Amino acid sequence: MTIVVGYVPKPEGRAALVAALEEADLRGEPLHVLNTSKGDAYSDPGYATEEDIAEVEALLEESGVPYELEHRLGDRAGGAADILEAVERLSASLVVIGIRRRTPTGKLLFGSDAQTVLLQAPCQVLAVKA
Amino acid sequence: MGDLTGLLEGFSTALQPMYLLYALIGVLLGTAVGVLPGIGPAMTVALLLPLTYTLDATAAFIMFAGIYYGGMYGGSTTSILLNTPGESASIVTALEGNKMAKAGRGAAALATAAIGSFVAGTIATVALSLVAPTVARVAVQLGPADYVALAVLAFFTVAAMLGASPARGIASLALGLFIAVIGTDSLTGQQRFTLGLPTLADGIDVVIVAVGFFAVGEALHVASRLRRGPIPLVPISGKGMTRDDWKRSWKPWLRGTAIGFPIGTIPAGGADLGTFLSYATERKLSKRKEEFGHGAIEGVAGPEAANNASAAGVLVPLLTLGLPTSATAAIMLAAFQSYGIQPGPNLFAAEGELIWALIASLYIGNVLLLVLNLPLVGVWVKVLQLPRPYLYAGILTFAALGTYAVGASTEDLVLLFVLGGIGWAMRSYGFPIAPAIVGLILGPIAEEQMRRTLAISQGDPTALVTSPFAAVVYVLVVLALVGSQWLKRRQARLDAVVFAQAQRDEERLVPTGGTSAEGPSRKDHDSRGAR
Repeated sequence: MTIVVGYVPKPEGRAALVAALEEADLRGEPLHVLNTSKGDAYSDPGYATEEDIAEVEALLEESGVPYELEHRLGDRAGGAADILEAVERLSASLVVIGIRRRTPTGKLLFGSDAQTVLLQAPCQVLAVKA
Repeated sequence: MGDLTGLLEGFSTALQPMYLLYALIGVLLGTAVGVLPGIGPAMTVALLLPLTYTLDATAAFIMFAGIYYGGMYGGSTTSILLNTPGESASIVTALEGNKMAKAGRGAAALATAAIGSFVAGTIATVALSLVAPTVARVAVQLGPADYVALAVLAFFTVAAMLGASPARGIASLALGLFIAVIGTDSLTGQQRFTLGLPTLADGIDVVIVAVGFFAVGEALHVASRLRRGPIPLVPISGKGMTRDDWKRSWKPWLRGTAIGFPIGTIPAGGADLGTFLSYATERKLSKRKEEFGHGAIEGVAGPEAANNASAAGVLVPLLTLGLPTSATAAIMLAAFQSYGIQPGPNLFAAEGELIWALIASLYIGNVLLLVLNLPLVGVWVKVLQLPRPYLYAGILTFAALGTYAVGASTEDLVLLFVLGGIGWAMRSYGFPIAPAIVGLILGPIAEEQMRRTLAISQGDPTALVTSPFAAVVYVLVVLALVGSQWLKRRQARLDAVVFAQAQRDEERLVPTGGTSAEGPSRKDHDSRGAR
């Protein structure tokens, strides 16, 4: 069993990572850190830079929890679909995501990855606020 | 004094709320497309050409001018924060500005670019208001043979300066000239290259060619190489310009203006050359040469000023001679034509109100852009998060819609996508689009003037070169061709020097970490992206 965490280089992503680390330590399960981008825009603030990844790795090394880091450009899915795919593939026991405040309009226009994961994940979901 | 009255009247028109709104729309749109790599003011104005059928001329030109200026401002933002020039005139800014941003002086780089653009844009607009009417008064005396010479000058310099090689530029020019002659000859009524098709009998509408080449071609080009990951955006950092930054910036601003404006007025392919010349000058004059290539503020201030100054400079030959020297200018000329206005020496007399309103709107646009760009950079950067499929699908839809609106014919749409395919091929194989557009729009004017010359001289071709003005221009053509190759070589050498320096810099940094991880993993992304 594995714990999957969706990481983004933002406060909510970091909060999710910290919570996931605690949970992994508690459950004694390995951690799978996921950061992907569709790569179809010129810039994607959700896609971790080299520095972000180095920071994440340092944090993970320090904790001593066995982990795996998946940092890639998704083919066409992106966001929630990538997380759900990883959950399925690893038959995860828990998925950890960071959530932030959204306006109804924003959700209507751009959708909500968090909501998709919450509703569609086949396992437990831990939603962490920044 | 007449000019000043004209200008004041222009302000009284341009300051009307309705026209202010159009100027605002123009600068907003222009900045947005300037920020996005691959979409430039030329494409945007081309896409909006169908508007000329409904909008009144003053409103349309105020908007187009806003787009033109806005594109120049927006391009610098992308260069500095993304290291990908939003438009070709911002390439040099990417060299220095991005290094500044990485060194935590992004805010200062953005500020010097925006304020420099404002200073240069305003000074250049003043110069335009002073020079243009004078040039127009002189230009009235030019005969048809002189116009032919000027057109030849524009053809060759645009073809030689842009693109990967002069041969490609000339091929592109030839394509534009060829498309221009398709249709029924206005003098003899003969059909040329129409293949007997009624659709082609009227010639191909400029809108279709411009939209096909710029919008459809570019969209296909981007779609064909879409799988490229996001580029890390350097966060805006630092506190803006310090006293020292101001001290180091103001001279490059003025020098950049002095270089950019004249370069813009001569047919040298628009703003690119001016920015490189300004960069080379600043590098030579700087007391801190070692900073160049590592984020020297002069290297942002000078070229950004030059690029905005040349944007105003380009309007001088356009408004006084009807001579477009850049792609955007060529499309603006097409817009004039669709209103039945022929830019030329008589423009100031015949359409004074429109032209002065246009010039006044440039002053207003510059102020609007400064106000919009300094505090709102964060918003503009968000434009880059737009998924490219949505963006280009939107452009294609808009292109098709606009084309259909022009003639309400399905054949036009077929033609649009055929031309779009050609544009894509040109774009993919390094053929510049601008010479084709200049050829397309200036070609018929040159042809008409040439035939007029020959009619006056009763078929004696020497009449084309015997006018003293024309003879001087032909000498200039030869000089420009030689000179442009020399300049290009210098430009390439400058690139090589700066690149080598940056390379050495990176190598030095590798042992200390940081950049070392960037190389292999970047390659990794690319290979994934290529799947």
